[in-house]
Amino acid sequence: MRLWYVLLLLPLVGLLYPPIYARETPELFGFPFFYWYQFAWVPVTAALTYFVYRMTRPS
Amino acid sequence: MIESFEPDWTAIVVCILLFGLVTVLGFGAARWKRGDLDLIDEWGLGGRRFGTVITWFLLGGDLFTAYTFIAVPALVFAIGAGGFFALPYTIIVFPLVFLVMPRLWSVASKHRYVTGADFVKGRYGSRPLATAVAFTGLLATMPYIALQLVGIEFVLKGLGISGEWPLIVAFVVLAAFTYTSGLRAPAMIALVKDSLIYLTVIVAVIYIPSKVGGFDNIFSAAADALPKRDKPGALIPSGADAQVAYASLALGSAMALFLYPHAITAVLSSRSQDVVRRNMSLLPAWTFLLGLMALFGYMAIAAGISVAEPNLTVPALFRDMFPSWFFGVACAAIAIGALVPAAVMSIAAANLFTRNVWREFVRPNLSDREESQVAKIVSLVVKAGALAFVLFLPTKFSIDLQLLGGVWMLQTLPAVVVGLYTRWLHGWALLAGWLVGMVVGTWIAVSQEYTPVWDTPIVGATVYTGLVALALNLAVATVLSLLLGGRRAHAADETSPEDYDELHETREPAPAISPVA
Repeated sequence: MRLWYVLLLLPLVGLLYPPIYARETPELFGFPFFYWYQFAWVPVTAALTYFVYRMTRPS
Repeated sequence: MIESFEPDWTAIVVCILLFGLVTVLGFGAARWKRGDLDLIDEWGLGGRRFGTVITWFLLGGDLFTAYTFIAVPALVFAIGAGGFFALPYTIIVFPLVFLVMPRLWSVASKHRYVTGADFVKGRYGSRPLATAVAFTGLLATMPYIALQLVGIEFVLKGLGISGEWPLIVAFVVLAAFTYTSGLRAPAMIALVKDSLIYLTVIVAVIYIPSKVGGFDNIFSAAADALPKRDKPGALIPSGADAQVAYASLALGSAMALFLYPHAITAVLSSRSQDVVRRNMSLLPAWTFLLGLMALFGYMAIAAGISVAEPNLTVPALFRDMFPSWFFGVACAAIAIGALVPAAVMSIAAANLFTRNVWREFVRPNLSDREESQVAKIVSLVVKAGALAFVLFLPTKFSIDLQLLGGVWMLQTLPAVVVGLYTRWLHGWALLAGWLVGMVVGTWIAVSQEYTPVWDTPIVGATVYTGLVALALNLAVATVLSLLLGGRRAHAADETSPEDYDELHETREPAPAISPVA
């Protein structure tokens, strides 16, 4: 069950290595990639955290 | 360039009315979820009874401070992408907290700890180490409270109010309701403040782009303007230096945030470990809001705003774009927004001083009633100190100290966070590591005129100063623990492993006799 906690490392990997997202393209709704990519991590991280919360909660 | 504004009376009246409403709420809060406010558990932690919704409002209103809402857009306005690290910072902070803070909640609930330093004392049985942790918290919190008043000051400037009396009025209101209602006051005010902030930001994000030609135009205006600044900025951080600085600031700030006393106070005030964990998936709603606010920096560029100092960016933009009455609502949102963190911070500082300094060194046999009385008085002293900061010292002083505050708080990570998992590190080794981290971190920051990143030798990159100091701190603590290994077994530890994992709830009000003697 504790293995689910590993999922919480994904946002760290996705955000703490800027070379993967420090780019202008592709744009979305006028937002350069650098900006919308980071915004996208907000709901993704919330969902991951909620999932881990559900999976690790004692019944 | 805008140096100062004419008074906008409609906005001022709206702002005063909303402020009045909040004042009434703050005093009324004493009656809410009634408890004996002569106990520090009740005054300083709201009886550890806040559920998911209140905790969400309180933590959100507490961590995302008014100053943040002024300073982040201002930084983005001034330097571009570099200021945007606030977004990854406030994203990764919640998974990190999800892993760590429920353990602190459990052990603190079990042993009735009120502060991080209480935990360190119980875990390591080391008074010097606990004092060091308490001292760090007090040192870092004072300028942070001052910055909340600075945030109000910039809003007042935007409204066209000059002079110091409105700030003093705001301060007196804040001090009075914190004194009478304790943590219940900011928790209740947070409901109003947070609604106003959300309203303002959502309206601004829809309305302002429609006036300045959409996000396409906003980003291209920023891309044109940023490289032409005196200190050139950029829309995308390019080059290894800028990117390492960006990532290390995000990581270091995230690790520091939850060590701050005001964060720990808000976490410990929730009803259960489950409330803390569930909130970590709900709090990113605040992150999204902060990200949108950061974009106000670019909107201001597209709107052709030109200000004497970057911190006036948001007030100037709102004043330019909104009708007067809504500008008043927006100003009230930020000004009231300053009250919540300022109140929680002063309560947290008061808890620290009372538990870890006064009780520890002056009055070991403090009764519960006296304890709560001392905390109330200290909360006044702390706020008066913050007001003096703002009135008598240059604003830059508070801002520089707040930067140092993050570096300092990180130095308590080995004792507090590592301590939640293992007792392996030795108390004296942790103290030595802390001292090295504090001295080196402060020295680097000061010698660089308060630039947050340092061109680190050996690593060969520009790294957030706090992380450099933390690395040294951990290295010292580890090496010394190895050397002191044999004596560790004799050290006192009043906690046991199951104290950290237990999923239980606060049901009873605090007992009349505190078991922490």
